[in-house]
Amino acid sequence: MHEVAANPWVAFAYLVAGVCFILALRGLSSPASSQRGNRLGMVGMTIAVVTTLVTHEIASLPEMLAAIAVGGAIGIVTARRIAMTAMPQLVAAFHSLVGLAAVLVGIAAYLNPMAFGIAELVTPMIGPPFATIHIASRVEMALGVAIGAITFSGSVIAFLKLNGNMGGTPILLPARHAINLAILVAIGLLVALFAQSQAPWAFWTITLLSFAIGFLLIVPIGGADMPVVVSMLNSYSGWAAAAMGFTLGNGAMIITGALVGASGAILSYIMCRAMNRSFVSVIAGGFGAVSDAGGGGTAIDRPWKRGSAEDAAFLMSQAEQVVIVPGYGMAVAQAQHVLREMADRLKAQGVRVKYAIHPVAGRMPGHMNVLLAEANVPYDEVFELEDINGDFAQTDVAFVIGANDVTNPAAKTDKSSPIYGMPVLDVEKARNVLFIKRSMGGVGYAGVDNALFYRDNTMMLLADAKKMVEEIVKALG
Amino acid sequence: MTFIAILSIFVLACFVGYFVVWSVTPALHTPLMAVTNAISSVIIVGALVAAAAAGSGMAKGLGLVAVVLASINIFGGFAVTQRMLAMYKKKERPAK
Repeated sequence: MHEVAANPWVAFAYLVAGVCFILALRGLSSPASSQRGNRLGMVGMTIAVVTTLVTHEIASLPEMLAAIAVGGAIGIVTARRIAMTAMPQLVAAFHSLVGLAAVLVGIAAYLNPMAFGIAELVTPMIGPPFATIHIASRVEMALGVAIGAITFSGSVIAFLKLNGNMGGTPILLPARHAINLAILVAIGLLVALFAQSQAPWAFWTITLLSFAIGFLLIVPIGGADMPVVVSMLNSYSGWAAAAMGFTLGNGAMIITGALVGASGAILSYIMCRAMNRSFVSVIAGGFGAVSDAGGGGTAIDRPWKRGSAEDAAFLMSQAEQVVIVPGYGMAVAQAQHVLREMADRLKAQGVRVKYAIHPVAGRMPGHMNVLLAEANVPYDEVFELEDINGDFAQTDVAFVIGANDVTNPAAKTDKSSPIYGMPVLDVEKARNVLFIKRSMGGVGYAGVDNALFYRDNTMMLLADAKKMVEEIVKALG
Repeated sequence: MTFIAILSIFVLACFVGYFVVWSVTPALHTPLMAVTNAISSVIIVGALVAAAAAGSGMAKGLGLVAVVLASINIFGGFAVTQRMLAMYKKKERPAK
């Protein structure tokens, strides 16, 4: 297309960068190889950037290096300072930056298409010469800008919700499905129009509508559906990069875009499967908005047992095996460190301790694993749902901390429950269940009462998760 | 590159992505998101092209801003991934 085509080594360098990125993801198949993979990712990025810098005539190298330095400094400081519990917000914020960068690159390509080698200069009989952008490139840049804009505004909303600047409850506009559909159709039509006519107003309208639709799509989605949303936006940021890669005819961008797109899509799928909900129903939003859903109407007056930290300490110290089930509440209370201390005390007393992670525990895929890793819990003590569910029958104590819906046995038995069919952790099969919860009043995200609370073998520990675990640690001595 | 060549790369890369990502262990899904976020900032290539070019001053300015944004992501994304991955440890040997 432009300089890239002239020298085959340039395309080769971008290919090498792309391969480095593939290997970076490949490294994540096990914690042991993951750090090497990450370093390969950095190598790939360096190759891509250096190749671009040396193959383009650069009018202003100092400015550009300054821009990289400024961005790099902000990035590194943020990455160092961020608390592990704030990781979902950080990832959402980073996604928004990719989206915005894609939009800016798309607009720049539109304003100066000759620099991107995607246009012919046409000199008409009358008037100044102008650039006509190739039709394929028009479609690519319009799609890139649209996806980028959706990623940006969607991620900003996701960030605000995850960061607590905006309530986690869904905000429902009347007729939102009709509005959203109309906007999406309009964007599609405008892309077609822009491809035909290169009309400036079409380009700018696409940009504005895409910002709007990103906002409208995410606003009605509730807090606990954020794992799906964050993965979906992850996917979009990839497709935006791929679209720009098409515009530039750049192998590294296309490979990376496809990788990231696929990655986000798979993560969204895994999250949806773990909630037994379709992707469409998550994106349609509104889940968790109403709390009068079936399955829990008769809950209030049922008897339940309350336990103290000493009771819990006694039960666990007598146990052969304790399985800890962490959830979002652990993250909110920042209880992971003291939890690991509790596990250490138990192990010192000869108790076998394992951790059971539900795929949607927390606010992003793998959220709990990172927090436990931060607290120095060895990763070979941490098990996924399908690997540990058979273990509960041989477990003396299941210790549920900050999780709720993912332990609700109603998902297996009660067809009227909104979470029916969702794979859950079989904690009720354990001989004893200890359930930390702030009070009996609140219900989980799905707005369903948990039948687990009222079972004979369940003891409720009503307190802040961190305080309760601290007291248990004290009681364990 | 012709359009069909680019499309071939894209489609094949989608398949590669599909298989590679399924092999990622669920415990590392958060680092996966962080690192995919970092590498998707390869869009910086486009930003550099825009910022490098003479011609439209506006396009150049936007390119520079995009370079800053993408750099935040690249450095921040890789750094935070590294920080997370460094935390994943195996069980210590009893002897230790």
